[in-house]
Amino acid sequence: MSAFVLEMQGVHTHIGAYHILHGVNLQVPAGQVTMLLGRNGAGKTTTLRTVMGLWPTSQGAVQFKGRQIGGQGGQMTTPDIAQLGIAYVPEAMGIFTDLTVQENMVLAARSARRAAELDTARLEWVFGLFPALKKFWLYPAGKLSGGQKQMLAVARAIVEPRELLLIDEPSKGLAPSIINNLIDAFRQLKSQNTTILLVEQNFQMAKALGDRVAVMDNGRVVHAGSMAQLAADESLQHRLLGLSLGAHQ
Amino acid sequence: MNTAALPMTAAAAVPKAEFDWRPIALLGGVLLAAWPLIGSSSTWVTLSVAGLAMGLIIFIIASGLTLIFGLMDVLNFGHGVFIALGAFVATSVMGGMADWTASDSLLRNMGAVFAAMLVAMAAAGALGLAFERVIVRPVYGLHLKQILITMGGMIVGEELIKVIWGPLQIPLPLPTALRGSFLLGDASIEKYRLLAVAIGLLVFVLLLFALNRTKVGLLIRAGVQDREMVESLGYRIRQLFVGVFVAGSALAGLGGVMWGLYQQSVVPQIGAQVNILIFIVIIIGGLGSTLGCFVGALLVGLMANYTGYLAPKVALFSNIGLMVAILLWRPQGLYPVTNR
Repeated sequence: MSAFVLEMQGVHTHIGAYHILHGVNLQVPAGQVTMLLGRNGAGKTTTLRTVMGLWPTSQGAVQFKGRQIGGQGGQMTTPDIAQLGIAYVPEAMGIFTDLTVQENMVLAARSARRAAELDTARLEWVFGLFPALKKFWLYPAGKLSGGQKQMLAVARAIVEPRELLLIDEPSKGLAPSIINNLIDAFRQLKSQNTTILLVEQNFQMAKALGDRVAVMDNGRVVHAGSMAQLAADESLQHRLLGLSLGAHQ
Repeated sequence: MNTAALPMTAAAAVPKAEFDWRPIALLGGVLLAAWPLIGSSSTWVTLSVAGLAMGLIIFIIASGLTLIFGLMDVLNFGHGVFIALGAFVATSVMGGMADWTASDSLLRNMGAVFAAMLVAMAAAGALGLAFERVIVRPVYGLHLKQILITMGGMIVGEELIKVIWGPLQIPLPLPTALRGSFLLGDASIEKYRLLAVAIGLLVFVLLLFALNRTKVGLLIRAGVQDREMVESLGYRIRQLFVGVFVAGSALAGLGGVMWGLYQQSVVPQIGAQVNILIFIVIIIGGLGSTLGCFVGALLVGLMANYTGYLAPKVALFSNIGLMVAILLWRPQGLYPVTNR
């Protein structure tokens, strides 16, 4: 089996008349955190949505653990892709605001029909990462603060073990203390051999978490390598991202 | 899997989320405000029970539509065809059980009514399945086409009903034991309206239970807010769509039986006649909200009866007036569904 949990080969995605991804090649190694960087509009969110099947792959192929999940002749539906063990946290978080925190978590746990069937040990681990969720367990999710909603969005993705997490800009608009909580959570997930593909604009978080990095521009991956290499090479940062990681620390 | 209970006490430290009582208070306010205007307590009780019964029948019909609209974002203007089918099926079933409906035994009367309801729900549900597959599925996400094609579907359905049952009005008399009324003090309460109240409340409780205490209900409520996220969590929302459409159609069929018995006659246009009423109810309630639909239907039923007694000319506009007033107060309806 391939060492890569996720592979995208020459992936093109169209949204209506718009051609957004222009042949994305991306490899996400197992058990590592791969950061997907790039300026706004580079195609990062579309890449995640294409993996999830929310936008169909119009050309090329997407493979999860060697099995085709996207592309002509092998495009799977979003529920089928999720059931393979892929969790997705969209940029807008996708919280069901009319439901309680508990109900959001029950929905995310496909094996649980009701709250009493949630894996308590795992839930306690999630509460350890995000204590606010325990405090507001029976509270409507719509009443949570922005940071708490983001915690819930991530918590939903990890309430049951998943093999691959696709997370879109989790730190957006969050206070540094909450970002630190998220970094801690992702590190713990990584230590459990969970593979993470993370879109992030916060370079401090990217540097702190990333093992690998892929930089996108104009719907293509223009650079792929180790995060350590990018972090150490200011000229490369400047060329790829138009700024220095060091300047944002 | 560890199945120990969750820390339910954790939320005790947090102030409970407040339930929005104002729409329900409005309902109470309408009831109380009508009392002095009507003057006679017995007339007020009679009109209130009649209004609640009418409202609950409307709720049964509209609850399916609000789920279909809320979850599937489908403007199903053909909902009326399921109402009509239910009512016409009831004429056949109850006509075939004439010895049961003419019997003095309440048990046999109720048996005939419940048989008609079950067959009507099955027929309307089956038609709903076909309607979703053939008419609705090709136009998901296309509102204008949905309006046109579902209205067209209803017209075709009405014509097919005429082919089967004929174009004329068919009587649907109440079974013997459900005819007439009894006195509660000086107030006259029609027996059938009490049955309508009981069935309406049962449907409401069952719907609330299904939506709030089961995972399918959770999925429906979540799907009303964000279908894409429900799919991203690994659930096939298309199957849920079909299930909700069939259930909504079956509820319309049940409502058709109740409305037909309420009118004691059915015409092929019965669905189209009720259609406007139920759209007013789901708009008042907040599109997609079951509780809103319930409160909205009761308000419509009460207003129709009170204004019909107090100012018959105004009654013609009471439902539209009620909708305008409520939308001025709450533009998204009584219990808006967020995230839509």
